[in-house]
Amino acid sequence: MRARFDPSRLGRWSWALISLVLILLFDLIFTPKFFSVELRDGHYFGSLIDILNRGAPVMLIALGMTLVIATGGVDLSVGATMAIVGSIAAQVVTKSHPSVVVVLLVCLGIALLLGTWNGILVAVFKIQPIVATLILMVSGRGIAQLITDGQIISFGDKALSFIGSGYLFRVPFSITLVLVMLGLTALLTRRTAIGLFIESVGDNATASRYAGIDVRTVQLFVYAFCGFCAGVAGLVATTNMRAADANNTGLNLELDAILAVVIGGTLLTGGRFQLVGSILGALVIQALTTTILTKGVPIEYTLVVKALTVLAVCLLQSAKFRGKFRFKARVA
Amino acid sequence: MTGITKDFPGVRALDSVDFVLHRGEVHTIMGENGAGKSTLIKVLTGVYPKDSGSIELDGKTIQPKSTLAAQALGISTVYQEVNLIPSLSVAENLFLGREPMRMGTIDWKAVQSGADRALERLNIRIDVSRLLSSYSIAIQQMIAIARAVEIDAKVLVLDEPTSSLDADEVTRLFEVIRTLKSNGLGIVFVSHFLDQVFEISDRITILRNGKLVGSHDAKDLSRLRLVSMMIGKEESDVAKMEERRVKSKVDRSSEPFLTAEGIGKKTSVGPLNIEVRKGEVVGLGGLLGSGRTEVARLLFGINKPDQGTVRINGRETKITNPRRAIRLGFGFLAEDRKVEGIIPSLSVRENIMLALQAKRGWLKLLGIRQQQDLADRYIKALKIATPDAEKPIGQLSGGNQQKVLLARWLVSQPQFLILDEPTRGVDVGAKAEIEGLVLQLCADGMAILFISSELEEVLRDSHRVVVLRDRKKVGELSGDSLNSNELMNMIAASTDAG
Repeated sequence: MRARFDPSRLGRWSWALISLVLILLFDLIFTPKFFSVELRDGHYFGSLIDILNRGAPVMLIALGMTLVIATGGVDLSVGATMAIVGSIAAQVVTKSHPSVVVVLLVCLGIALLLGTWNGILVAVFKIQPIVATLILMVSGRGIAQLITDGQIISFGDKALSFIGSGYLFRVPFSITLVLVMLGLTALLTRRTAIGLFIESVGDNATASRYAGIDVRTVQLFVYAFCGFCAGVAGLVATTNMRAADANNTGLNLELDAILAVVIGGTLLTGGRFQLVGSILGALVIQALTTTILTKGVPIEYTLVVKALTVLAVCLLQSAKFRGKFRFKARVA
Repeated sequence: MTGITKDFPGVRALDSVDFVLHRGEVHTIMGENGAGKSTLIKVLTGVYPKDSGSIELDGKTIQPKSTLAAQALGISTVYQEVNLIPSLSVAENLFLGREPMRMGTIDWKAVQSGADRALERLNIRIDVSRLLSSYSIAIQQMIAIARAVEIDAKVLVLDEPTSSLDADEVTRLFEVIRTLKSNGLGIVFVSHFLDQVFEISDRITILRNGKLVGSHDAKDLSRLRLVSMMIGKEESDVAKMEERRVKSKVDRSSEPFLTAEGIGKKTSVGPLNIEVRKGEVVGLGGLLGSGRTEVARLLFGINKPDQGTVRINGRETKITNPRRAIRLGFGFLAEDRKVEGIIPSLSVRENIMLALQAKRGWLKLLGIRQQQDLADRYIKALKIATPDAEKPIGQLSGGNQQKVLLARWLVSQPQFLILDEPTRGVDVGAKAEIEGLVLQLCADGMAILFISSELEEVLRDSHRVVVLRDRKKVGELSGDSLNSNELMNMIAASTDAG
């Protein structure tokens, strides 16, 4: 039977997957060593592991960002939230040496509060998300610096450091953490009606309200959840370096996360969201960065190459662009 | 247009359809939902490329690739929803994108006078410097037409231009159409209102399931014949359908479901009293702007009333938001399907289950099997034309979207259903089905508030009609007094007499 190849029938995230495969294919041809994984001191090392490990913070915030973007919003404050959480973790652990559970509860609780703050501005006071979260983006970094007194605070707490630099199953623990968070988020959104409500609100908020959905609570939830994810990411980033750097932790990562979500096939206008897509999107960005570094391209070119690749992915996603190169395929 | 064919994935929307439009003619395209009316128009106006066939304009083969290209060729379209910018002035809207320039800047004087002239030609006299949004939908529609014909149009396509207009406004619009017709324009007209179609059309082309059924002079075609061609049934069946205006008597002793006393909101509507009993259809009659929709929105909690009390099943309660109303057993089929009804990119299945799921809360997700069953059952029961339940609702035709939304409320098993213009933009067949459904639901004991701008429809389907004028209740009709004369009198009566 002759049928037209219909790209719209592919999962929305397949473009992210295709891009990732292309990047890895490039590495396979030009840097075969890229794929070697060796066992050293009981841990696996290699570029692939490196991509997963270094990409962890962006993957984590991309999860929360996906839900926010699915409601038609955006959260610019995730980078600042990471910095605040990292600073607090470092201060708490160096000043009073509590158990790691306490540190986690305090840090994630504060992350949740910061997210809720964004949520209140958006859902209750109806401030445009980009403006509402800009407030915390700008002030948050200042707050983080106040917390650390402008110093880089290093710490040696073994239990806490495990989050960002420990190993589980011979690979960095952050990889397991990402998988667990992805699983939890998927369960939370797809095994309950939350995912449906989020997509519904993002697609048509008025109609959702008339159908009986509590739009305000849905919005509050996604920003709070996004704050929580940023908190986890902040812990990973800070404990990876075993130091809180209020100036640089999470810097510009909100943009990477937004990019990851978009590459993953979730529309910025809201509606359908793709969690796996966002993870793949984050991996595309990280794989690209690692590839460029491995190829020894001068660092100043990386951003340009990154931008070009992102442009290519976005063009692939655009039905209009693909329409210009409409092709027919034989399908059995 | 000859032999036009257009395929969509899974459906052949147009199957070698021919269509001939003469100069100075009003040519109506009729058909049920999904018959291919919109597709034909979209092919003509360059929205969709055709798969085969040819289009000729003045003897020259044309192939418009976009609406802009079609406009340049002289084919202009005015859609059902006014596609203008509310926050710009009338004059700016008229010349948007083709402003007269002088020395590199916009010549505002020329814009002003050009706008005056354009509207004068259609006998519309308004202040063109005011914002578009300050005028009624009808005037906006005429401004859209003025804009369309300004672009040296030879063919003007009017897609359901009358669906949001009241009778007077329709008369005015028809005057404009006649003026344009006498200027030699060919006009393609799409409407679901049979009266209007026969009043204005010279020729009528009927489509069914993407195929051409026939093309006739309007004066040679009887209404019954037209309807039977549209729905593909024998004339006698249609006659029976039209006859079916059974009025089941409501048991006067049946308990009221909803009793609203002195309910109102300043700057909006009321205060007024409304009671709806179980198993009763209460109609809200009145002209456009008389406050029908406002009453519905007050009852459903979209707008909070600032006075009056509401009792549900005899217990006083406050309805502060739609969610609360739904918990109390309400359903509300909103007037503006696109803005207030559909979740366009979600599937038919998800749209159907949405209200029920919202009612159950976020934790108790309906099983996927159960969702599919519900969706399939209602797709079959309401004859929703869709290849499957997973198609995004935004891709269905208007009438089918409406049926999905009806299904959404039926699935949530309401005790009280507010239907605001349930048959607007819906074809004759679906309309009869929806009206039949309303009767059946109330026979099953549901309380229904029925709002329609078609007075005939309100009279036909309601046990009792609450009449509104100027955002106040002016009376109630039931039993023998429930006829169009009484209703017209009440609507038209001067305020002091009411």
